[in-house]
Amino acid sequence: MDLYENKSSKEKIKRDASVNDRIPDGLFLACPYCGAQMYNKQLGEFRVCANCGYGFRLQARERVSLLTDSFEEMDADIQMTNPEFPGYAEKLARAQSQTELGESVLTGLATIQQQKVALGVMDSYFMMGSLGSMTGEKITRLFEYATSHRLPVVLFTASGGARMQEGIQSLMQMAKVSAAVAQHQEAGLLYLVVLTDPTTGGVTASFAMQGDITLAEPHALVGFAGARVIESTIHEKLPKDFQRVETLLENGFVDQIVPRESLAPMIAKIVKLHTSLEE
Amino acid sequence: MSADILNSLKIFKRELTPAQVVKKSREDRFMAREIIDGIFTDFVELHGDRLSGDDMSVIGGIAALNGQPVTIIVIDKGTDIHDKLSKRNGSPEPWGYRKAQRLMQQAERFHRPIITFINTPGAFPGKEAEAQGQGEAIAKSILESMKLTVPMIAIVYGEGGSGGALALATANQVWMFQNATYSILSPEGFASILWKDSKRSDEAAAVMGLTAKDLFEKDIIEYIVPESHNHPRVFNLIRKRLDDEIKALNQLTPSELVKQRRARFRAF
Ligand SMILES: [Zn+2]
Repeated sequence: MDLYENKSSKEKIKRDASVNDRIPDGLFLACPYCGAQMYNKQLGEFRVCANCGYGFRLQARERVSLLTDSFEEMDADIQMTNPEFPGYAEKLARAQSQTELGESVLTGLATIQQQKVALGVMDSYFMMGSLGSMTGEKITRLFEYATSHRLPVVLFTASGGARMQEGIQSLMQMAKVSAAVAQHQEAGLLYLVVLTDPTTGGVTASFAMQGDITLAEPHALVGFAGARVIESTIHEKLPKDFQRVETLLENGFVDQIVPRESLAPMIAKIVKLHTSLEE
Repeated sequence: MSADILNSLKIFKRELTPAQVVKKSREDRFMAREIIDGIFTDFVELHGDRLSGDDMSVIGGIAALNGQPVTIIVIDKGTDIHDKLSKRNGSPEPWGYRKAQRLMQQAERFHRPIITFINTPGAFPGKEAEAQGQGEAIAKSILESMKLTVPMIAIVYGEGGSGGALALATANQVWMFQNATYSILSPEGFASILWKDSKRSDEAAAVMGLTAKDLFEKDIIEYIVPESHNHPRVFNLIRKRLDDEIKALNQLTPSELVKQRRARFRAF
């Protein structure tokens, strides 16, 4: 059997195993979207609800191992050096050890079904995927790298919004990343966004909504303002699928909703359609 | 002078606390229409986003600054209670940001500098706003601002609330009125998210670093507009400074202007 094992698939198995270590197969779970109950094991490799197709939240490293054939991490060592706000340093340290990431996004050079892309994956387990200045820095560098190496950018968004502990610096990241997106656009390169559950606040109000093509995972929650804030502002209950990507698709803000297991071939297909014959 | 008088002078001259600045920033110190008429001449208001509607909380149009044509975009909180309600206290809808985008594109076409005046608690958190893509509207305003080849100066004159303010503040320079604020979230929201207690907003204001002075020290803004009860004096000062800074920015080539704006935000 060893004969057929290459390095990347070995790594894949190891990573999945470590995730399964944390969530036992026999654990009974309820789908956060449809409420159907199932054993953890039933979610399968892609961790998708068998009843409604909702994709359970993934850690960035899990996502990368499911999606890519090869992945070379960039800027792994970038992280906050001076978390001044009270309690922030502890929160960061906890998030870092839980996710094995320095910040709320994992970036690198990836191959997805033979297509070379600059890949960014946000991690909602890292302080709710909030947009810190080093999150912004990593995404900005990803775009800058992609621009200078003429690569498409594929970005999986997952974020609760701003990083409160960083105040105005967090807000400025929306503009900083947008400048890098503009530069990448002007170079004639493709920016593909995949909206995953949940994508809200400042990330929605910047690079999540700046893609040339916007895909989404089934039933992902995507919006700007929080549902509770809206309800208390307009004194009205919101309908069930408010801010679900099916509604965004209907309203014209998403190109396609793609089941998790079909994302890799879909991304590869789109990237290939953006590769000119001369290249 | 007696100690009493010295003391009262000290109190009078003492700086406001951040919580006091927050309160002041929300008062009707300077009104949108007053700013337009006080600084510019020949204002022609232009309505609508050409897609879905006209958001009255975003006033836009063309005017002359010391004789030079400019495009101005001003967030208006409204005057009386009825007006404020209809403008949601200066919280733009997506079609307000799309109106701003249309006017920015128009300014680009006619090589007019753009000046924005910001006073908003944030983009409106409404049902229709979400359905019409509030996030996309702000995202696009920011992205398109990053590509403008004309000078752009943004001035926060009251509240600069979050992405709803940033949408109009991706500029070559950002200024703030002396008693304005600019922040990631309101102090109430900040306190309720971080401490689960919105009543600790004064404490939040103190740690958020949202006053003009704080933000100037952190190089988030370039200039603090001194306030006075003598409004014509304030407007004369702004007109003069805008004129000077736009003249200086006009010395740059279009691509240098874009570069400068992007570099300004790359530094964060
Ligand atoms: Zn389900």
